[in-house]
Amino acid sequence: MSLSRELKINGHAHAVEAPDDMPLLWVLRDLLGMTGTKFGCGIALCGACTVHLDGKPVRSCQLRVGAIGDREITTIEAIGATPAGARVQKAWLDLEVVQCGYCQCGQIMSATALLTSTPRPDDADINAAMAGNICRCGTYVRIREAIKKAAESAT
Amino acid sequence: MKHEPARATTLTRRQLLGRTAAAGALLAFHLPLRAQGKAGAAGGEFAPNAFIRIEPDGRTVLVMPQVEMGQGVYTSVALILAEELDADYSRVVLEHAPPSDKLYGNPIFGIQVTGNSNSIRAFWVPLRRAGAAARAMLVTAAAQRWHVDPASCTAAQGEVVHAPSGRKAAYGSLVAAARQLAPPANPPLKDPRNFTLIGKPQHRYDTPDKVAGKTTYGIDVMLPGMRFATIAASPTFGGRVASVDDSAARTVPGVHKVIVDEDLVAVVGDHMWAAKQGLAALVITWDPGPNAGVDSSAIWEDLRAASAKDGVLAKANGDVAQAAKGAEVIEADYELPFLAHATMEPMNCTVQLRKDSCEVWLGTQIISRVQATVAQLTGLAPEKVTVHNHYIGGGFGRRLEPDMALKAVRVARHLDGEPVKVVWTREEDIQHDIYRPVYRDVIAATLKSGRIDSWKYKISGSAVIARWLPPAFQKGIDIDAVDSAVDIPYDIPNLRVEYVRVEPPAVPTGFWRGVGPNNNVFATESFIDELARRAGKDPVAFRLEMLGKTPRLRAAVQHVAEKSGWGQPLPARCGRGISAQVSFGSFIATVVEAEVEDAGGVHLRRVTCAVDTGIAVSPDNIRAQLQGGLIFGLTAALYGEITIERGRVLQGNFHDYRILRMDEVPPIEVFLIESGEAPGGIGETGTTAGPPALRNAIYAATGVALRRLPIDRKRLAKGAPT
Amino acid sequence: MTLRTIHSRQQGAVRPRVPLLVGALVLGGLGVWLLGGPGPMGFAKGDRVALSQYSAGDPTGVPQGRAGQSLVERGEYLAKAADCVVCHTARGGEPFAGGFAFTLPFGAIYSTNITPDRETGIGTYSDAQFLDAVRRGVRPDGSRLYPAMPYASYTYLTDADTLAIKAYLFSLPPVRAPARADTLSFPFNQRGLMAVWSAFFNANERFRPVAGQTAQWNRGAYLAEALEHCGECHTPRNPAYALNERRKFAGAVTGGWRAYNITADTRAGVGAWSDADLAGYLASGHAAGRGTASGPMGEIVDASLSELDPADISALVAYVRSVPAQSSADTPEVPSAPVAFSHSEGPGSGKLAGKQVFEGACAGCHGWSGQSPLSALADLTGSRAVSDPKATNVVQIVLAGGSLAPAHGGIYMPAFGRAYSDSEVASVANYVTARFGAEGSTLDAAQVGRLRAQTAQ
Ligand code: FES
Ligand code: FES
Repeated sequence: MSLSRELKINGHAHAVEAPDDMPLLWVLRDLLGMTGTKFGCGIALCGACTVHLDGKPVRSCQLRVGAIGDREITTIEAIGATPAGARVQKAWLDLEVVQCGYCQCGQIMSATALLTSTPRPDDADINAAMAGNICRCGTYVRIREAIKKAAESAT
Repeated sequence: MKHEPARATTLTRRQLLGRTAAAGALLAFHLPLRAQGKAGAAGGEFAPNAFIRIEPDGRTVLVMPQVEMGQGVYTSVALILAEELDADYSRVVLEHAPPSDKLYGNPIFGIQVTGNSNSIRAFWVPLRRAGAAARAMLVTAAAQRWHVDPASCTAAQGEVVHAPSGRKAAYGSLVAAARQLAPPANPPLKDPRNFTLIGKPQHRYDTPDKVAGKTTYGIDVMLPGMRFATIAASPTFGGRVASVDDSAARTVPGVHKVIVDEDLVAVVGDHMWAAKQGLAALVITWDPGPNAGVDSSAIWEDLRAASAKDGVLAKANGDVAQAAKGAEVIEADYELPFLAHATMEPMNCTVQLRKDSCEVWLGTQIISRVQATVAQLTGLAPEKVTVHNHYIGGGFGRRLEPDMALKAVRVARHLDGEPVKVVWTREEDIQHDIYRPVYRDVIAATLKSGRIDSWKYKISGSAVIARWLPPAFQKGIDIDAVDSAVDIPYDIPNLRVEYVRVEPPAVPTGFWRGVGPNNNVFATESFIDELARRAGKDPVAFRLEMLGKTPRLRAAVQHVAEKSGWGQPLPARCGRGISAQVSFGSFIATVVEAEVEDAGGVHLRRVTCAVDTGIAVSPDNIRAQLQGGLIFGLTAALYGEITIERGRVLQGNFHDYRILRMDEVPPIEVFLIESGEAPGGIGETGTTAGPPALRNAIYAATGVALRRLPIDRKRLAKGAPT
Repeated sequence: MTLRTIHSRQQGAVRPRVPLLVGALVLGGLGVWLLGGPGPMGFAKGDRVALSQYSAGDPTGVPQGRAGQSLVERGEYLAKAADCVVCHTARGGEPFAGGFAFTLPFGAIYSTNITPDRETGIGTYSDAQFLDAVRRGVRPDGSRLYPAMPYASYTYLTDADTLAIKAYLFSLPPVRAPARADTLSFPFNQRGLMAVWSAFFNANERFRPVAGQTAQWNRGAYLAEALEHCGECHTPRNPAYALNERRKFAGAVTGGWRAYNITADTRAGVGAWSDADLAGYLASGHAAGRGTASGPMGEIVDASLSELDPADISALVAYVRSVPAQSSADTPEVPSAPVAFSHSEGPGSGKLAGKQVFEGACAGCHGWSGQSPLSALADLTGSRAVSDPKATNVVQIVLAGGSLAPAHGGIYMPAFGRAYSDSEVASVANYVTARFGAEGSTLDAAQVGRLRAQTAQ
């Protein structure tokens, strides 16, 4: 059952022993100690666990490692190395988006994916990309502003 | 109704908590306090009190008595300390305080608690004095070195300066000398006009790590050799495990152990996934216990019946009975449901239990109580219990309880000293919360010449205070449950407030962001709108006429009316609603603009809020707290309800316990009104403000007077029976 | 006021007219057309012969590899194939202890306890009584069962197989679970009428293979008609609630869910599916690009079909494939290509109300293109549910959620029904069908409310 496999995470190969059906979330957190990716609901309803798979946002709590293959995983720990990720993080700091911060890694991953695919998002684009990310502290107003600011700073 | 002579028994949470603490039941706060342990140690640091430690290399450590759960308190506390200390704010280092009621007890509660939106209110003076005392000692040390009058020296940015001679000394270089000095009893505090940090735009201390995914929350603790566990507590309140068939669970790869402990089952594994799979594979038979018949409808019936009884008198002015004679008595009742906290970081706690010691890692609002209750459970002396506090992924009152630590310790008791991280699934988190109580409020009022003449207000509900802080529960009154009712801001000549304690069967109740004022303000502000309509007055005008004795709130109402475009025309089925409140020492007026769809759906269009919270330590953070608090409250108003069936909670995750999402949230503007008064609390105020303002907006849009939360969208559909 | 009037009329004025009403019901239900229909295997060429005369093999019993198993083990296999547990288990209740609600327009009936409890279950049933109950719908006391119990299908079971199932049920621990009282209104609460119904609509005969067909086909027929009773959901019913075999497997709405057309029709049915698609769908609940079983079909996959031996799945496929094509006017072609990756392109990109629900609650799992970023089991592209312009199953899945056991790929869809209003559910169903299906539905809150009532437990 338990299988050795290699995952490409943030540009590095990581060998892990994990059954096919184990969600990536727990591989990252419990096997690799990469705790920036958060557990919030476990059923793809909150977005706290969002990572990128080949640049696209996915909920790692529902993504089985057996389905990943050699696709490239990017997590919050490395998102700042991408141009869009760096802009998003900066805008988040400039506008003081964060409160408890627990949801914010997921928010930043979703926002970065949005700006990568849609460099000039309008409100509808932001809603479509971000409504799956819950923030219990209610930072949504600033998230919206920060995404717009990050988009503007990309010139 | 019994007639009692008018008698003012004004009880407020502030006074009573203060009295309780002073009565010696709990420890009061004194300055100066020498920091203990590490702080007084051989390192040669200067640690004039429990909050400040300056090392010879100039490193300045500020110890945070209050926990950071998103409310920005680390930044505010650091700003206050650094302001009076004249430290170099950009270089201070913050540390979580260890458990100690004596050193870090909240001056209002007397114990080490972060809650009640009182961090800044409670610590405002003590922290300023702590900073000022340290600064005075450093200045004295420098003056002695230079043989000058301390009064001729100033301090700024972590240096003492003697302007006449142009000499400067960094704080680090003064540590050895300052250590020898006695702290001054009454160090002078700065004139707020000279503040350089407080009230100025500042970035939060905790955000850079948070946006980089580097912050360690309780759930992120990793220890060598650690196991991972997840639990299932009895689905019915008060039930127990009857039997467990773990044959399938044991075959799940990575499962290490199955633990059965009275009302708790846990699976310990190599990772959370193994634990979760193992738990799912268990066949557990529960003995549902005595509460298997409890359901929401019975709880409501009980509460309604109890609320018909006379309550304990909490406040009386004038004579409501006399005033009601010959006048039309207008009566309404309002009801609020059970709510779960649903913090984004699910409940968790890591424990390493050895024979003679216990270490606990978590994020908690009550570190000393966690230490004490863990000591009690394990039979260890409190000093053998080490509690490592962490950043909190949402508190909202949920982490004012130690249950997650106690359950984790019960799991650890079945292990051989290896550390175990116990993480609850979201379902477990929602179904085993300590819930915001159900409340029922009955208000009867009379009008006279277009103003409220009498107001008889009875609050019925669980007394959380009685369980949580028994010494503060006096004369049968839960001071939290009646807080904003006895402190009603309006000029009402005849006023009577009563309280009926009704504990729901089986369901544990606790504090929930906004606490008592949520209920009081919802009922009061909803009813005020209904009375305004009776009086034929505009809701803003009606309020303004009765805010003579509360000018700060009056100003806030005027401000928000102007900024929200109050009175300007709106499309059909759109409305504006206002709420005004004094809560947690802040004065807040809020306007919500909402649209009600023909099918009954409610959309938020715009929220405007004006707040006078006194001196704003971190103005931007105040705005952020109000934005977030409003969303928290509006979420509850629109969707929040925990229902009980067969003794168990029906909701389990975000599909049936909905949280407002990004695309439902309108622009929210917050305007700060400067008053120069001492700072008020802010973290919970938005939560209290949102629901009545929304409810009143719906009232304006549709004419439907909702009296229960969450909003019943069926009643709002066009053509629905009223 | 109005209620009271109706009530008193029921008590007073209507009662005397019972014979009239029953007469009308019987007449309406027993038209010549109804009675003259074919049997469930009437479509197949070749003579139906007695089991003993069929020489190519024994289509009944358990697959060959299991022939040596004990009576109880064989009974367990057959009970799974007959899918007893799904209907005889209340939501969250003990297996086989009954209490599952069948909600009908005229009230609810509840399945009964079939554990061997002597008081509340079937512990005192003799073999003959058990055979009568399962195959004729007659209880030991002579009272009649409603055809929610598919005795008109089970009637084809052999004595040996039925009694093996009994042996299995009697090997289970008895569970005390008194029957829940049915809530049928008059005249549907007259169980005696079922005797009349049975006389016309229960063939009360054992399985007879078709001589000219292969052993595999006949095995498939026995599985599909007697055990799995596929037609009970997939074949439309006539006004007397009997299966209309003229439209065999053409699809029907049963218990608030749509059972699809599974005839050979390439557009509306499964004619375009490969054998592997069909076999995979039956055994695991999913076929690539064809959607995932949910609702009752998902439960049947979990509890029954996924437990069948591969040879039996193949037999079922062979049989189902032979059922002649029936078109269904209301079943459009299922689109097979994903739509745009971006929310703002492709169908449904306009201002549909349901988009807001979708982007918050659904997109995280299902994606905007209809191809789930997480699991093919959550793909919407190719799913018949989203191509049903009535969106029946979309509504039910949104309301009640669903899951496939981990052993069958493991997927979980939360039940949104408790916290989302009828109008929100209607709007998201309209959005999902417009974006990912052939044609957008136009449901409103009231229609969702009715669907909700049909599956309420
Ligand atoms: S934890 Fe994955 S979406 Fe909530
Ligand atoms: S910042 Fe706390 S949950 Fe989003």
